[in-house]
Amino acid sequence: MTEKLVIVGNGMAPGRMLEHLLEAAPGHHDITIFNAESRVNYDRIMLSPVLSGEKSFEEIVIHGDGWYERHGIALWKGHRIIAIDRDARTVTSDHGVSERFDRLVIATGSVPFIIPVPGNDLPGVLTYRDLDDVNAMLLAAQARAKAVVIGGGLLGLEAAAGLNERGMDVTVLHVMPTLMERQLDPAAGHLLQAAIAARGIKVITKANTKAIIGNGKVEGVELADGTIIPASLVVMAVGIRPNVALAKEAGLTVNRGIVVDDRMVTSDPSILALGECAEVGGRVYGLVAPLYEMARVAAAGLAGDGSRAFVHSDTPTKLKVTGIDLYSVGDFADGDDREEIVLRDASAGVYKRVILQDNRVIGTVLFGETADGAWFNDLTRRKTDISEMRDTLIFGQSFQGGAKQDPLAAVAALPDDAEICGCNGVCKGKITGTITAKGLTSLDEVRAHTKASASCGSCTGLVEQLMKVTLGDAYNPAAVQPMCPCTHFGHDDVRRLIRAKGLKTIPAVMQVLEWKTSCGCAKCRPALNYYLVADWPDEYADDYQSRFVNERVHANIQKDGTYSVVPRMWGGMTSAKELRAIADVVDKFAIPAVKVTGGQRIDMLGIRKEDLPAVWADLGEAGFVSGHAYAKGLRTVKTCVGTDWCRFGTQDSTGLGIRIEKFMWGSWTPAKVKMAVSGCPRNCAEATCKDVGIICVDSGYEIHFAGAAGLDIKGTEVLGQVRSEDEAIEVIVALVQMYREQARYLERIYKWAKRVGVAEIRRQVLDDVERRARYFDAFVFSQRFAQVDPWSERVSGKDKHEFRPLELAGLGAVVES
Amino acid sequence: MDWFDIGTIDDIPARGARCVTTPEGRIGVFRTADDQIFAIEDHCPHKGGPLSQGIVHGASVTCPLHNWVISLETGMAEGADSGTVRTIAVRLDGRRIAIGRESHLLAAE
Repeated sequence: MTEKLVIVGNGMAPGRMLEHLLEAAPGHHDITIFNAESRVNYDRIMLSPVLSGEKSFEEIVIHGDGWYERHGIALWKGHRIIAIDRDARTVTSDHGVSERFDRLVIATGSVPFIIPVPGNDLPGVLTYRDLDDVNAMLLAAQARAKAVVIGGGLLGLEAAAGLNERGMDVTVLHVMPTLMERQLDPAAGHLLQAAIAARGIKVITKANTKAIIGNGKVEGVELADGTIIPASLVVMAVGIRPNVALAKEAGLTVNRGIVVDDRMVTSDPSILALGECAEVGGRVYGLVAPLYEMARVAAAGLAGDGSRAFVHSDTPTKLKVTGIDLYSVGDFADGDDREEIVLRDASAGVYKRVILQDNRVIGTVLFGETADGAWFNDLTRRKTDISEMRDTLIFGQSFQGGAKQDPLAAVAALPDDAEICGCNGVCKGKITGTITAKGLTSLDEVRAHTKASASCGSCTGLVEQLMKVTLGDAYNPAAVQPMCPCTHFGHDDVRRLIRAKGLKTIPAVMQVLEWKTSCGCAKCRPALNYYLVADWPDEYADDYQSRFVNERVHANIQKDGTYSVVPRMWGGMTSAKELRAIADVVDKFAIPAVKVTGGQRIDMLGIRKEDLPAVWADLGEAGFVSGHAYAKGLRTVKTCVGTDWCRFGTQDSTGLGIRIEKFMWGSWTPAKVKMAVSGCPRNCAEATCKDVGIICVDSGYEIHFAGAAGLDIKGTEVLGQVRSEDEAIEVIVALVQMYREQARYLERIYKWAKRVGVAEIRRQVLDDVERRARYFDAFVFSQRFAQVDPWSERVSGKDKHEFRPLELAGLGAVVES
Repeated sequence: MDWFDIGTIDDIPARGARCVTTPEGRIGVFRTADDQIFAIEDHCPHKGGPLSQGIVHGASVTCPLHNWVISLETGMAEGADSGTVRTIAVRLDGRRIAIGRESHLLAAE
């Protein structure tokens, strides 16, 4: 006989409970869910990656509509339960739907805390709780205006980072002296603050919000000291309160949360509660791991197994902001009976602190390097006596028991019951056992079968290492994306090996790296040719036959096999003499189309290949050189007229653009590079969607990069600001050289930057002055060999065969006969 | 079959091609890394791209317009694409290259 189970709320905890229940007691329940949100169950802790743009909503759905259908579960979306009648055993929704229950599960979650200040109900004040909030923030972020996030905890910082990624100017207000003070000690809090500030997010601590001001909509936040911070968006992320109103009205025992026993049962034996709304053992929880444990306990109880009880354990905290690694768990307050071991490496931004009591680890705070977090936490759980390894404890697991081992050995040495995935409570033995039993070979499969790394994803590295340990060479994550079918190496490996092994020709690369084809293919050969040109500019002889036709004949092939020609117009400036020469060439060669390009130059289309050298000769006489409009290299540097003419211009943007173009033309890059220089923030040269852009301001030059306006549209990232033209050139040259040395062939700057991280690029080309100089010098050296005008070379006879067809000897006679 | 001289192997770069205009249309003459010579119609079966302008690898060429890969030996598209270009007979006499033309084609002119 099936039992009628009704669930109020459809968040992650009840979703997980259902998975366990359907597995333990399939078909035993007739299930109905009421969800106040009008959507299916999704991974709420992944809202931050949705906000920052790293994931889409579809990617974070846990149970799609099909899942509910498959399991015969009735899901009422957009129905808020407004009353529970415990005598009649029914619930009623705000749309008037009533449902009878045998067992009821309350999972109403929590509500964001709204600070009681004037103006907190103005339009533009948001919380950070569900997808609606994220959508509202994304809408607000389109204006790229100013935002204030109130609350410097986990959620607030993730919201701030996401809004910053979306181009907003973000200020975080935090009432305490240091960020995330509940999870971090003050030292780590300061490091975190520095890391957040380095991303361009302002942080004000000890900030007491007095009022939110605005007329009809948010205009700013006023602090107790009278400071006013302008903002068109205010996000409140100061905390959450268990959502207990419904339970309270139904007469259930409620304290901070809905009081349940360690079987998740409320004061009414037929009603359970779990998730953020539940209070067990006097505690309420907000992190996913204990909520999933509640789900496990509740499911067992509903399936008739009363033996499983909820036990409190500390949950590690990790921040989901790309590029900031922090980990904290346990108790780290100072105390007379406590000792601590601290390691600091200021230049690397690493801070580690382990708190000991009676030779046992009771708390861990790691910043900058968190790989040993799981190991320290394991020592805490096991109450391991660490006196034997005390001297080296802080260096982490790989330093224990002799010489430093490789990271795999550390993972291999973990006991089977060591927890790998904190969110889902998956231990090592479960992962390795499932990999072997089910023959899993990919990360996605492991996620699907074990749930490890399937929630916040911060343990992905560990899971991959476990796969490596279990599968040996059969698991090679790089093999997922080889350069092309000719090799099993990916682009990064090939680049590394070219340098490490000193490979200086394409045949040498193919021989040493065991290429599977004798002479490569149209994918790998141009890539290898670029890597060799970039790495050995003086020694490598360019392999002409490994270049795409456009770079071989220095013009752009068109659909009918004719070519187009774009001469360089430095910074988009031209003259009567140049225009006259172009007009003459167009007439002389009967060029069918002439077009002004988006890069401020002139394109002549429909030129026969045989005519190219003669066209170039005429253009060359007028002083033109190749515009490289066909190259994976520097294309144009767009400019506006700057201080020369414009009444708003702040600097000589035209002059700077021409200087950059004259300095950098001819360089080969992984993919095309387009630049622009705007003379003021009105940005007439559209510098903020270029690969590299400069916005001149009164005090200097704001350097932008990683924009896109093609297949993808993306505003630039700000690299930083410099004072002089010379410095601006040095920084962008270093940036381009870093890109030349590190990116994969055909990978535009914005994709490379996303992979490497804006902060890392900033560190290497802006902050680290020595490294910047090294990049600059390497670029200058390579230009000695690259800055040769390919058109004049060919006018002088280079590659003559390319532009002349073969003759069919004696054909005339045959045709006549 | 009549044979017409078009030049020597050295006129064509290894892993490269040149083209010849004939009354039947333009053909591409290809030289592979190991000095084999092939001739095919210079017209990709996909959108008519000039195959002689593509990158030559093994005994195949990749069309410069949309990256179809065509076998120089059979004239057939490789991989998931399907289509064929006409192959033209080639004869090597020492280092000299001659291409063959069917007599009846000539007669038809």
